[in-house]
Amino acid sequence: MTGPATRDEAHERAAAYLVSRHYYRWPEVLPWLIAVACFFVFPDRMSFGSQVLVMLLFALSLDLILGYAGIVTLGHAAFFGIGAYVVALGSLRLGWSEPISGIIVAGIVAGLVGAIVGWFILRYHGLTLLMLTIAFAATLQESGNLRSDITGGYDGLPGLTFDPLLGIFDYDLYGRTSYVYALVVLAVVFYFVRRIVYSPFGQALTGIRENVRRMHAIGSPVHRRLVTAYAVSAAIAGVAGALFTQTNAYCTLTVFDFDNSAKVMVMLILGGTGRLYGAFVGAVVYMVLEDHLSKLSPTFWQLGIGLLLVLAVLFARRGLLGLVEDAGKYLSARKSS
Amino acid sequence: MTAALEVQGLNRSFGALQVARDIDLALERGARRALIGPNGAGKTTLVNLITGVLRPSAGTVLLDGADITSLSQAERARRGLARTFQINQLFRGLTVLENLAMTIGERDGNCNNLWRPAGVKRAVIDEALDHLASLRLVDDALKLVRELPYGRQRLVEIAIALAQKPRVLLLDEPAAGVPSSESHLILDVVAALDPDIAILIIEHDMDVVFRFAKHITVLVQGAVFTEGSPAEIQANEQVRAVYLGEESHQGGRHG
Repeated sequence: MTGPATRDEAHERAAAYLVSRHYYRWPEVLPWLIAVACFFVFPDRMSFGSQVLVMLLFALSLDLILGYAGIVTLGHAAFFGIGAYVVALGSLRLGWSEPISGIIVAGIVAGLVGAIVGWFILRYHGLTLLMLTIAFAATLQESGNLRSDITGGYDGLPGLTFDPLLGIFDYDLYGRTSYVYALVVLAVVFYFVRRIVYSPFGQALTGIRENVRRMHAIGSPVHRRLVTAYAVSAAIAGVAGALFTQTNAYCTLTVFDFDNSAKVMVMLILGGTGRLYGAFVGAVVYMVLEDHLSKLSPTFWQLGIGLLLVLAVLFARRGLLGLVEDAGKYLSARKSS
Repeated sequence: MTAALEVQGLNRSFGALQVARDIDLALERGARRALIGPNGAGKTTLVNLITGVLRPSAGTVLLDGADITSLSQAERARRGLARTFQINQLFRGLTVLENLAMTIGERDGNCNNLWRPAGVKRAVIDEALDHLASLRLVDDALKLVRELPYGRQRLVEIAIALAQKPRVLLLDEPAAGVPSSESHLILDVVAALDPDIAILIIEHDMDVVFRFAKHITVLVQGAVFTEGSPAEIQANEQVRAVYLGEESHQGGRHG
């Protein structure tokens, strides 16, 4: 077992890891099976289901920049809001109520704004960057408030109408169409995000998160990489916002709320950052808990969420999925010993 | 022949403290140069000025005759200027192999691609493993960097610099923090590097310096004090006074 033969063996084994890293693994089918199952098991909770999917998509957009590139933002609702208002105003003022093209345009607009804003603010790091992201979302919200004649202000734009999906499927009272629609959009976007994460570009984002000094030293155009990631993430947040407006048929300035930015971050941290499926777990757990707790106690429901977050930070630093992963490692270590 | 790296009249101050004054330095292709000087002489500062981490207040930096003074750190790196850090700067949460693959990806511009899976380019993976093999790191390829002992991490630091395929390599105390039982391995690696690469090494171990370097530059208080062959530096009374003096015991042993 010495000589070149073993060296080649080690070489092949190591290479196989990188070659196969992006392959789909069987557990990855689970969330989609569950989502489809929910459609049949909870037929009367589909509006709520759509809201969960919208927030999941929003959390997924945040994972790309927070989990992979390490950009900490508390203003991601800005792009969610832009998407939401693009389709709302498009439908109300321009009569553009075709939903799918609405989503695409919302994504493009949010992405462009993300690219421009990102180009300016991603020169900064840490707290400065955090403040700038908050400031940007607040500025958008206040501007919307100043022109409440256009945006409907905090009263919102109610009673928006959208064309039937593909000209065939109309929105029903139970939100079943919305649910399937949101699920399909999520699946498409997820496919894109997953490709990005496993691309060389995605690897570079991880590098920036792990050690930005080293990235500069190996010749990475760090700023350009961050702006690109920010724009893509903003576009996805815009799609989520557009979906929010379309599935609710209304939109108010609260979409820009700091609460909205903070909530999506809590979801992601709860589920686990930098692992895509953390957004799934986090959004579902958060939304379901919020739903149950707020029925239990309309005034104090946030206490439950707060407690969960404290527990997560204390005992599951890498989120619920990280906990599952650790448990898996522990079990397999015990089995092998 | 134009020098691989040339520094002309480099100046830099932090407030009243002048950390680099009128530094001139030229590295020919394949140079083996050591930069020595007492603590606080500005050795790392000079590396930072050359690589673009710091901007000089005056002076120019030339790479293969081209003025790179106004270029960013990343642009300089892409032109073939690589460095290692005195304190490891690695992607600690990634595997050793990923550290290398990422470096090659950035070098070749693969990282502009958002769509193709990173593992599809087999050539990148094989090259990464070849670099690891040359430093006897293949067995650690799939370990996370943070799980490696410090000495091995130092080797990864060098492997990354090599994967950049540099023409000029600046090594900032490559064996710093490594027990002497392991440091010889690192220094063997350094001694065996591609003879075409111009190398500037900052090192405190005079044993290493005199063995490795064909030329030595002595930096004192941000200025070039003197330079010459190892024999000249060893024989220089003033250098012995300002620098070797504090290590006269060692100097004697080697002399």
